[in-house]
Amino acid sequence: MGNQLDLNKISTRKRIGNLHLLLAVLALIWVLPIVWIVLTSFRAEPGAYTKTFLPQGYTINNYVKLLTDRNVLNFPKMFMNTLIISICSCIVSTFFVLSVAYSLSRMRFAFRKTYMNLAMILGLFPGFMTMIAQYFILKAMGLTEGSSIRLGLILVYCACTGLGFQISKGFFDTIPRSIDEAAIMDGATQWQVFRRITMPLAKPIVIYTVMTAFIAPWVDFIFAKVLCRANADQFTVAIGLWNMLQKEYIYQWYTCFAAGAVLISIPIVILFLYMQRFYVEGMSGAVKG
Amino acid sequence: MKEDRITVRNALRHGDLYTKLSAVFMGAGMLWHRQIVKGVLVFLFEIVFWYYMITAGFYHLFMLPSLGTEAQGKVWNEAKQIYEYTAGDNSQQILLAGVITCFVIAAIIVLWILQLRHSYKLQKLIENGEEVPNLRQDVKNLFNGNLHITLMTLPCLGILIFNIVPLVYMISMAFTTYSKEGEHLLLFDWDGLNQFMRVLDMNGNIGRQFWHVLGWTIVWAIFATFLNYILGMILAMVINRKETKGKAFWRFCFVLSIAVPQFVTLMIMNIMLQPSGAINVLLQNLGLISEPIPFWTNATIARITIIVINLWVGIPYTLLQVTGILQNIPGELYEAARMDGAGSAKIFFRITLPYMLFVTTPYLIASFVGNINNFNIIYLLSGGGPTYVGDTAGQTDLLVTWLYKLTIEKQYYNLGAVIGIMTFVILTIVTLITYRNSSSYKNEEAFM
Repeated sequence: MGNQLDLNKISTRKRIGNLHLLLAVLALIWVLPIVWIVLTSFRAEPGAYTKTFLPQGYTINNYVKLLTDRNVLNFPKMFMNTLIISICSCIVSTFFVLSVAYSLSRMRFAFRKTYMNLAMILGLFPGFMTMIAQYFILKAMGLTEGSSIRLGLILVYCACTGLGFQISKGFFDTIPRSIDEAAIMDGATQWQVFRRITMPLAKPIVIYTVMTAFIAPWVDFIFAKVLCRANADQFTVAIGLWNMLQKEYIYQWYTCFAAGAVLISIPIVILFLYMQRFYVEGMSGAVKG
Repeated sequence: MKEDRITVRNALRHGDLYTKLSAVFMGAGMLWHRQIVKGVLVFLFEIVFWYYMITAGFYHLFMLPSLGTEAQGKVWNEAKQIYEYTAGDNSQQILLAGVITCFVIAAIIVLWILQLRHSYKLQKLIENGEEVPNLRQDVKNLFNGNLHITLMTLPCLGILIFNIVPLVYMISMAFTTYSKEGEHLLLFDWDGLNQFMRVLDMNGNIGRQFWHVLGWTIVWAIFATFLNYILGMILAMVINRKETKGKAFWRFCFVLSIAVPQFVTLMIMNIMLQPSGAINVLLQNLGLISEPIPFWTNATIARITIIVINLWVGIPYTLLQVTGILQNIPGELYEAARMDGAGSAKIFFRITLPYMLFVTTPYLIASFVGNINNFNIIYLLSGGGPTYVGDTAGQTDLLVTWLYKLTIEKQYYNLGAVIGIMTFVILTIVTLITYRNSSSYKNEEAFM
């Protein structure tokens, strides 16, 4: 009897050990490409393809070149472009998303159901279908030349954010309505409820919205590519990185690409680790609602 | 009583002089009832509208049926001894202007209805001896009972201008000859359903490619959605086990990949999997293979590679999303199953999976839609290739990437628009069917 129990214990321990081994192998698969790109960003020898998996020598010149070379691919300029665009579009789209989500969650009006159905239907169209038409419309507005491209990009990034209200609305739905009602009994207007009560309570989702809106212009390259075309001085970081991997640049710029990728990933990683729990909360809120 | 209802018909039938006058001079009723600012604003809108229509709008509407007829001309200038180009009609601009004019007319009709009803409402208020709200009260109300109007006007305007108008414009392109094929880039015509016929015709070149791409798109979406879902769930369960040590650490390892921008990881994967890329080098150095694996040039291998890489990209998202829900499954269910002697596999398929499917159907539909429209992964990994000679679509192209190639690269705008519409139709069908068959729709009661 005792013997059998021992055997059981051993096999259980073995199984747990195997599970940890499996997790370790999987984690390695997930982390390896990221480690590899960090190593590549410090690699001394140029070019995309090397004879060995690990670099032969290490240097920080890739970062220096990326941040100082303004002749071929002007990365600092691209960085500033993207920063301006993403700050502006972040402010506007946060306002849009939260306004729409609050209205749909808390107010009752005739247009409400129509709006939610419309948002669902519009979401089923491929995003690129509107891209070329948006370009023509911006062209008709005169926003496709010179520095007005920036304004065009900001408009494109934030104009339709009112359709992405689901996660925020799900979160607002979980805030008890009795809080609002009590405030209204005390003479507060809907605006005051929105500003003074709902916003402070919904801090996680506000932060989440701000961050997703801020990150969007850093990782979108396709809209930016269509809008900027050959206007090199208007390029965003994403187009710049994409260009570094094109035939004419890849040999000289591949390691710089890795450096650029690491540089823009660091802030996003930090933001992401911070907002991870809000993401989970938002998702479960949306599912429940 | 019937005439108490505030409708356009009642306003026209039972309205007083000023309400009826509003039907012609918008805002008249409001002006009479001392809502000066609102009345003047509405009237200004009407004036601007008519000014636009007379100076441009009617012309745009007039041009819409023909989409322009004047081709760009070349005239020999005797004095300067050169050919001079005369500007012909630009059908694309005519179509855009026509679509916008239609929207302007629709907007003014909506405004007309609203102001007419409002005038009638004011008239009723006066008749019943109630007070007409003044401007200050109206503004105040915009921050209270009508807050949704204040909050939603700008977002709605943005959606209208940058989503709905472009969409209608693009949809209307599907019914024209706007394409580089046959040099219809400047001047094109209405073409009825011809392009749809071309796409649906299995015997034609375009039709053959369409059905091929459609097949792969659906296979891809099913694999990408369900493999990610199930494997992500299993991983989450393994991490969540009581016995697993260092849960936070494992979760961090997997979630780290989300934080790196997706287009960066995808481009890196593309380079790593090239014939002389890091993976092939590593495998060759280890002596596992002698020839590099053709990850992107063999259609079947490319498809498998894409699905596998998508697992790498997608599983962490699933992990994040299902972790919380998994912990909500009532523990008694597991206890009971174990008492009855069910094994882990049986418990997973009989309890965990049905429960998760019940709760996350909306999420699954959303991720299915997202996968059908997943542009980045195909465009950045394989670029749709390998492509056979004479085809516009590659072997791994999805409908969206094909749409991109057709419009941006080939300038076959009409075909691209048709593909976009077909994608929408397919997504609508899939969404409706899955939604209606899902247990959360059939039975809105809680699980079990």
